[in-house]
Amino acid sequence: MTSATTTTTATPGAVLTRVTGTLAEARPLRDAGLYELVRVGAHGLLGEIIRFTGDAAVLQIYEDTTGLALGAPVVATGAPLTVALGPGLLGAILDGVGRPLRELAAASGDFVAPGAAAPTLDPARRWRFEPRAAVGDQVAAGDLLGVVEEQPGFEHRVLVPPGAGGEVVELRGGDVTVDEPVGRLGDGTVVRLAQRWPLRQPRPVAERLPADRPLVTGQRVFDLLFPLAEGGTIAVPGGFGTGKTVIEHGLARHAAADVVVFVGCGERGNEMAEVVQEFPRLVDPRSGRPVMERTVLIVNTSNMPVVAREASVYLGVSIAEYYRDMGYRVAVMVDSLSRWAEALRDIAARLQEMPGEEGYPTHLASRLGQLYERAGRARVHGTPARTGAVSLVCAVSPPGGDFAEPVTQASLRVAGGLWALDPALAQKRQFPAVDWATSYSLYVDATASWLTERAGVPWAELRARVLGLLQRDAELREIAGLLGHEALQDRDRATIEVARMVREHLLGQSAFDPNDASSSVEKTGCMAQLAVATLDAAEAALDAGATIDELELVAVRRAFAALRTGPGDELPARAAAVEAAIAALHRRPAGGAP
Amino acid sequence: MIAVRHHRGARALAGALLFLDDARGAAMGEVVELTQPGQPARRGQVIDAGDGVTVIQILEDPQGLSPARVTITLTGAVAEAPVGRDLLGRTLTGVGAPLDGLPAPIGEALRPVWGAPMNPARRHPPGDVIETGVSAIDGLNTLVRGQKLPVFSGAGLPALELAAQIVEHARAGGGEPFAVVFAAIGITARETRLFVERFRDSPAMARSVLYLNETRDPTIEQLLTPRYALAQAEFLAFEAGMHVLVVMADVAHYCETLRQVAAARDEVPGRRGYPGYMYTDLATLFERAGVLQGRAGSLTQLPILTMPDDDITHPIPDLTGYITEGQVVLSRELHAQGVFPPIDVLPSLSRLMNAGIGAGKTAREHRRWADQLYASYARGREARMMATIVGEAGLSDPDRRALGFATRFERELVGQGATRRTIADTIAAGWRLLESLPRDDLERLDDDTWARRPGAAAGEGA
Ligand SMILES: Nc1ncnc2c1ncn2[C@@H]1O[C@H](COP(=O)(O)OP(=O)(O)OP(=O)(O)O)[C@@H](O)[C@H]1O
Ligand SMILES: [Mg+2]
Repeated sequence: MTSATTTTTATPGAVLTRVTGTLAEARPLRDAGLYELVRVGAHGLLGEIIRFTGDAAVLQIYEDTTGLALGAPVVATGAPLTVALGPGLLGAILDGVGRPLRELAAASGDFVAPGAAAPTLDPARRWRFEPRAAVGDQVAAGDLLGVVEEQPGFEHRVLVPPGAGGEVVELRGGDVTVDEPVGRLGDGTVVRLAQRWPLRQPRPVAERLPADRPLVTGQRVFDLLFPLAEGGTIAVPGGFGTGKTVIEHGLARHAAADVVVFVGCGERGNEMAEVVQEFPRLVDPRSGRPVMERTVLIVNTSNMPVVAREASVYLGVSIAEYYRDMGYRVAVMVDSLSRWAEALRDIAARLQEMPGEEGYPTHLASRLGQLYERAGRARVHGTPARTGAVSLVCAVSPPGGDFAEPVTQASLRVAGGLWALDPALAQKRQFPAVDWATSYSLYVDATASWLTERAGVPWAELRARVLGLLQRDAELREIAGLLGHEALQDRDRATIEVARMVREHLLGQSAFDPNDASSSVEKTGCMAQLAVATLDAAEAALDAGATIDELELVAVRRAFAALRTGPGDELPARAAAVEAAIAALHRRPAGGAP
Repeated sequence: MIAVRHHRGARALAGALLFLDDARGAAMGEVVELTQPGQPARRGQVIDAGDGVTVIQILEDPQGLSPARVTITLTGAVAEAPVGRDLLGRTLTGVGAPLDGLPAPIGEALRPVWGAPMNPARRHPPGDVIETGVSAIDGLNTLVRGQKLPVFSGAGLPALELAAQIVEHARAGGGEPFAVVFAAIGITARETRLFVERFRDSPAMARSVLYLNETRDPTIEQLLTPRYALAQAEFLAFEAGMHVLVVMADVAHYCETLRQVAAARDEVPGRRGYPGYMYTDLATLFERAGVLQGRAGSLTQLPILTMPDDDITHPIPDLTGYITEGQVVLSRELHAQGVFPPIDVLPSLSRLMNAGIGAGKTAREHRRWADQLYASYARGREARMMATIVGEAGLSDPDRRALGFATRFERELVGQGATRRTIADTIAAGWRLLESLPRDDLERLDDDTWARRPGAAAGEGA
């Protein structure tokens, strides 16, 4: 009965004395530790100790508890919830507690059975380990010990784990599994390709650095107006159907990151199925390799156990930090952080904790703040010296689409930017449905010079002109709505027409059009400049005495739309066509009007 | 779980909750039988098992039960339902007892009604259209196999009529085996008649199973009815290889019952009194839709829900919208104008439409066609609103044209009445409407698409 490995301390006789939903109680269980993992019942369901009262431990269970009976055995494992970090994460599909879903299916079929188990990293797979340090070297945490080609062209750097160091006593290359020793350090640390890390604990860095350049998203509305910085954080709140998932998926496909961690937290299975089918076929233009090879998918759908939602977000961030420590730029998408917060609420309610606002536990804001703090750009530990970044973009699902609710509000206090999605725009099929009056980014200044240099256009100035145009347009349309179209001057009508072009074609972007789904910085800059030039040309013509009906704005708009949906290599030709249309904006009919 | 155990007497009884002392070995979700002399047998299930107190939720009307005299039998099993092809053609209660005078169904297997989540890595992304015969759906909000697409209705709007029409007319495509599972959740006898009598004698009945929980049945049963239906649907879809359409009406009743139960348990209420876990609970219904890799069938859901006060931000439609893959929204205005089905296409959306349409599936130009119809209609609706303020004369010319278009769109394309339209018919009807506008008003259509519309004169658009 007592399985006595070094890491398992069985508490003989601990049994289940209560079970309700995701919460359970076991006794006697005093000698285990807080947040220690337990195995419950004959199937060994995964649980975690979250409180002690008297001789009982209160457990949250990561799996479906239906059928779990009083008196079932409970075994403490001696360790907190950890994830195995090592080669094989890229391309993996994990559930909220790090079990690989494909392997689970092979073991337990098409439906997830409670108690099913499979290690995060394939224990049988062999990797070619090439040492980059020599016996006798003095090493400290973060120093490079060797490399493994995790995916074609992707170097997985095996580092001295946090807290370890000393002289390299042994180190050998060869084809090894993630668990086999490849060396030993002076402090007794056995070097393996994989290490375990407690999910909820941030991995240390040497120095946090300020944002200095954008993480190009490929979405014009963001790159132009509300940029994301490398190491930045953005909250994306929006009611249902406003386009959060499309944005998050778009980032996962197109964002200029080395590694992408996508956490599908309490959302739809079909959405994840689409990603699982598409990503292996989609080629990342920067590496020429399938997008899936740089992606880690973490999937805990809305009908999967609630407690695992809470863990899934930490799992994602821990994996991201692990690659950051190697010196990579990692982007994490969470869809949706509200489901994570609801899991906190669910657990707190079952513990009968005093509820705060809307039933959320009072520690919601601090937990959320700690999570966002795990993002950032940093100089990481170790040699060779390197920087890495974890960027974090979290969808938020406010009830009724109303932002005055705890999760949105707590996010706004800590995020570096807000991409506010508006159901009214979504209903008009203006996608991405970003409300430019409410959205903001604190990374505008830090990213402008990089963007200006890359695109060869004055980014900050164009941004200001476009925002100004949108604002003026909103005022004018309000007037027209009250007084009728006739109340507008020609100049105002021109503003409205150009603004319409900007909204539809510059800021509007179809996720389903292969040429439009992602926009290069060059294309975004070019389109912004042409839009502003259109407005200038129209105003100049009107100033020179033309009337609005004489302006060929439809032709400009057609050419502009064609630029938007044209293939990347035709950008110069199509831009020239727009320029030509702008030049011909006011062509008086021969003979002249009276 | 251990064997059957009997307890005589309970500590307390409060509404539909029975509190039992010292229920050794009680298991979460365990099925409980309650018997008492002079009373009908009732069923319940364990929702909180504890060495001290165990809480049992009674799944039938508790009236007449006495804590002193009741005998509680813990059965050692979780709720299971017989499922199988032999249930096709049957009319059953909300928990699977016969209502049609035939013997109780035996089924091909017993399945836990709570089901288990599909492994997301085993799902196949939905991508094959279901032709409902309704233009506003097939053309503009296409339904695909494995999707969950609710109908957001309002009190008194003909959502059930629409569902009944779809059930009769729907085709899975390719002549593949198709079945319907209907879960009536607290609907009135009138509504049941409307739905049931319509096909009791039609060929559609032979491919259908009806689970009926009516208003007069125990409300608590409503928490089980959709799960009985889904257990059966999962069997038909994933073991018998059929394309199954599950219609559930009315999800709002289900949510009310969920709220009642939460209140009885003194739980901390969430928004408007609904429990905080309602999102997750609804997800355990709706996420049972899908397609699995390497299996022939599919499970598609068409849940119907009445929006309290026509308010789409009410927690019931709101949480539903956060789980489902779009929504079909009914409009009171269109209904008042006699348009059937009164589908408002502006707030309606099928999120999986793109996967189901296009060349080789429906029509190559389907996407752009739909985008243009939508854009022109949206412009017309905006113009209609503006006209109420500034008068029609205050509109620009294109706005005035769009206004006329919107009215024809509602009458001709949406308001098809009881007829069945193929997708090809729908697309042709849409083109006819679009052709009534000048080419310059159709900005969503590139020249190529415009030239390839059926009926385009040769040489035009070159
Ligand atoms: N950029 C886009 N281009 C085209 N269509 C879009 C775009 N963004 C969103 N959509 C449309 O809006 C629908 C809903 O988007 P999405 O699934 O991202 O919403 P969501 O905000 O994630 O909703 P929920 O909170 O319910 O998950 C999509 O299915 C698609 O039809
Ligand atoms: Mg989403």
